[in-house]
Amino acid sequence: MTLALVALLPLFGAALPVWLGRAGRDRAAWYAASVAVGALVLLVRQAGPVWEGSVVRASWAWVPAIGWNASFMLDGLGLMFASLILGIGALIVLYARNYLPTTDNLGRFYTYLLLFMGAMVGVVLADNLLMLVVFWELTSISSFLLIGYTTSAPEGREGARMALAVTGAGGLALLAGAIVLGNIAGTYELSEILASRELVLASPLATTAMVLILLGAFTKSAQFPFHFWLPHAMAAPTPVSAYLHSATMVKAGVFLLARMSPVFAGTEAWLWWVGGAGLATITLAAYWALFKHDLKGLLAYSTISHLGLITLLFGIGSPLAAVAGVFHILNHCAFKAALFMTAGIVDHEAGTRDIRLLGGLRRTMPVTATLAVIAAAAMAGVPPLNGFLSKEILFEEALHVQAAGVPGFVIPAIVVFAALLSVTYSIRFARDTFFGAEPESFPGHPHEPPRGLRLPVEILVVVCIAVGLMPGLISEPMVLTAAAAVSPEPLPSYHIALWHGLNEPLLMSVIALLGGAALYSMRGALVKAHRAALPRIAAKALYERGLAAVFAMSAGFTRALQNGSLQRYVAFLLGTAVVLGASPFLREGLPGLGPNRTPFDTPSFVAWTLLVVTALGTAIFHRRRLIALALLSTVGLVVTLGFVHFSAPDLALTQISVEVVTIVLILMALHLLPERTPAESSGSRRGRDIVLAALAGVGVTGITWAVLTRPLQTIADYYLANSVPGGGGHNVVNVILVDFRGFDTYGEITVLGIAGLGIYALVDGLGVGHLFPDRSELQDEDQHPLILGVIARLILPFALLVSVFLFLRGHNAPGGGFIAALVTSVALIVQYVAFGVGWTHRRLPRDFHPMIGAGLLIAGFTGLGSLWFGAPFLTSSFGHFHLPVVGDFELATASLFDLGVYFAVIGAVMLTLSNLAKLGMREALLAKARQHAAQETSEIDAQQALEDASFDYGEEV
Amino acid sequence: MITAALYFGYGAISLSLLLCLYRVVVGPDLPDRIMALDTLYINGIGLLVLVGISLNDSVYFEAALLIAMMGFVGTVAWCKHIIRGTIID
Repeated sequence: MTLALVALLPLFGAALPVWLGRAGRDRAAWYAASVAVGALVLLVRQAGPVWEGSVVRASWAWVPAIGWNASFMLDGLGLMFASLILGIGALIVLYARNYLPTTDNLGRFYTYLLLFMGAMVGVVLADNLLMLVVFWELTSISSFLLIGYTTSAPEGREGARMALAVTGAGGLALLAGAIVLGNIAGTYELSEILASRELVLASPLATTAMVLILLGAFTKSAQFPFHFWLPHAMAAPTPVSAYLHSATMVKAGVFLLARMSPVFAGTEAWLWWVGGAGLATITLAAYWALFKHDLKGLLAYSTISHLGLITLLFGIGSPLAAVAGVFHILNHCAFKAALFMTAGIVDHEAGTRDIRLLGGLRRTMPVTATLAVIAAAAMAGVPPLNGFLSKEILFEEALHVQAAGVPGFVIPAIVVFAALLSVTYSIRFARDTFFGAEPESFPGHPHEPPRGLRLPVEILVVVCIAVGLMPGLISEPMVLTAAAAVSPEPLPSYHIALWHGLNEPLLMSVIALLGGAALYSMRGALVKAHRAALPRIAAKALYERGLAAVFAMSAGFTRALQNGSLQRYVAFLLGTAVVLGASPFLREGLPGLGPNRTPFDTPSFVAWTLLVVTALGTAIFHRRRLIALALLSTVGLVVTLGFVHFSAPDLALTQISVEVVTIVLILMALHLLPERTPAESSGSRRGRDIVLAALAGVGVTGITWAVLTRPLQTIADYYLANSVPGGGGHNVVNVILVDFRGFDTYGEITVLGIAGLGIYALVDGLGVGHLFPDRSELQDEDQHPLILGVIARLILPFALLVSVFLFLRGHNAPGGGFIAALVTSVALIVQYVAFGVGWTHRRLPRDFHPMIGAGLLIAGFTGLGSLWFGAPFLTSSFGHFHLPVVGDFELATASLFDLGVYFAVIGAVMLTLSNLAKLGMREALLAKARQHAAQETSEIDAQQALEDASFDYGEEV
Repeated sequence: MITAALYFGYGAISLSLLLCLYRVVVGPDLPDRIMALDTLYINGIGLLVLVGISLNDSVYFEAALLIAMMGFVGTVAWCKHIIRGTIID
């Protein structure tokens, strides 16, 4: 549990700084720092067993069906990374507090930072591959927010987008790789996968999984050719760059390489892919770093180059290379974070980061200059600093790499060349900024920075020196423990030491240092040669062209599929259904009719004739909407009779009620639509649609016929047998609705309620502009005929009685909440029709929203009630009771659920209806106002007249 | 005797249904169609009552009751639409 807390503390703690920031930036900073330090303390307290070589684990089942557990593990590698993330995170909190402008209360910044911190710790502590991917994505998203933190800067937004696109694409590849690897190993638990190297490598899919995972790692760690996003991400505020691009996010990629090393390292494919990418990145990025004028740009390319170095080391895959890789991660974090912070200080105090405008700063900020020189020397690999130690091991290992077909001197030569370039740009960073002639003026007024800004740099530089002088004491235990988790083979006994004697690596170091210094002295000629000879590799342009192509492709695809034509969508839908539905019959032949035939009788024949003719008529007259609606009503009536005929009285009752509500709603909508639909489709298109419709109709008819005429074993028998013993009701349909499939019904009434609210939202304030028919002169003056009013008043109590009757007996005979609700709604609709909105609203609730909510709550709480008794959600219960006068009767909790259905349905129907009525009345008033304005030929505008008419339908009689 | 009466009833209602169908499809005007629709509902009720008598089952009467009520409301809505253009005002 405590182990999970290390990752969860920053993640959940991220919610607070936004509020704390309002009370002042210091409070937010103290809080963020205490979260980071608290998580670090938790981590260290867990770490005891790790030092002795064992692994701490914590695991909970999350989605066990797909092997997805919330499991964490702490081994040497995770411990080292988590300490780095949390430790440097705490320093960054301090640095950012002093770096970011005082106008910013920092709440948002620390929220993003803690989110990112938690995600990173999650990546390094995850024991489940899927969990790792989830945290990985979280780092992509939170780094997007951090890089684009200065929302007013377009470069920041662009850089953030590019980082998200590249690392997000890599994240997708990683997910695919994780699934492939999980399938090969039969588990997603990393600790188990790491132990099954032979099993994984034996699979033919091993290389696929490896390449996919490597894509994720390379994009994250900005390896060539995915390096281009990192320099653009330098638009981020410097604390972000110092954290994400030295210590954490880009290290997630090399962490993944290290994590996967026990499985893949040592194979030929691993060496070529990882080693190749590392070598290319080291050299190219180091070379590009020579020509960057922006301090942070220079550091960005040097970071890419150093990440390449670490990648190369993990690619080599030998135990000592693992030690060097892990060691260099640690060292690079220390000196690169220090250098980024120094660049930030220079920017902060001198007002620019452009090397060409800087120089001689050692006079005005001597302490910062000293710190920068030491950190840069560590980056160059000058003894006795930490960078020298890890570079020595790299040289040693480079000498021993055996790659088929590559001459033995090539790899050491490339490595030495890259180290040489690294020395050159380190000198450039330090000398061009702090030494040489001071320019005539700076954009700012350079001076030593405030204490809080320099303190984190001082701490990191002290680490650089201490590690270099006393590696055995300070870093060796951690490096060796971490390397043991990386290396596929057991580590030989090894000691990190400053002095290994006079050997080849020392010679290579000397060559790199002297060569780098020499190259720096010839930099003028170098720049000229660079401009003249080498074409710029425009990775950014390629990326932008690729992005534009992706956008164009998806836009084209969308346009082709979704062109706004409803006919086309239906055509696609029906066409697919016809093809898929017909294909088995084309292969297997037509089944023909079965043995069961219903005997002929005249009334049925007449009814089916009615159905066919009116259905065809509806299609033929569909442009004349009222006629089509009249024909459709006939179809509905015949369908109702058909349900009765087939012994489905429940369906018949439902059908006829729905029918009337539908007619009323459509008539109300037709008031706002032209009487005729204009013909918009071409002849050929109509031909296509007719053919499609005929095919689909004939297909469905044929299948129904074939099914109905043969004996069929269905699930119905189960429900018939279990309705009374299981649900306590004789009406199987109702028992299915409220009991067996109660959860479905619950979902359906929720959807119904949402639909009612959706119509309310759509109609609210909608202006149609026309009324159809515009019967201003045709209208009968008698709005509410007397006879209708009298009958409506008579109908209401009877209809409510029927409704209550249908509801109460619903559990045992045709009826139930849904039908009862429709009958009630229809009775209420009649009152609206007979007396108008104003009269009815004075006697009924005007607002039906609460009724939907009440219905859902009743149904929901009935379902939850069963939890109280220890049964699953929506388990129903029933019993028989006896009252003196009433006699024996049965009560079922399902009836309570049915009551919820009843209210939800009434609420949804009446809400829809009253809003359509409101819309129609508003339009009618507008029309009247327009007419009025036209007759008076006055200047009054229609909208004004509407306002004068004091539109409040509720008060209107 | 009752069997013969039932058969006669079925025949009459079937004929009536077909005649109503003619009116609904041909019209010529909307009121004709509404009248025909209302008559169709009444014929439907009649048919259900006849079936209920032949099968001696009360469920058919309940369905007929509901069709009667719903048919009435439907017709009211249609008529209101004709005279006022809108149903609820």
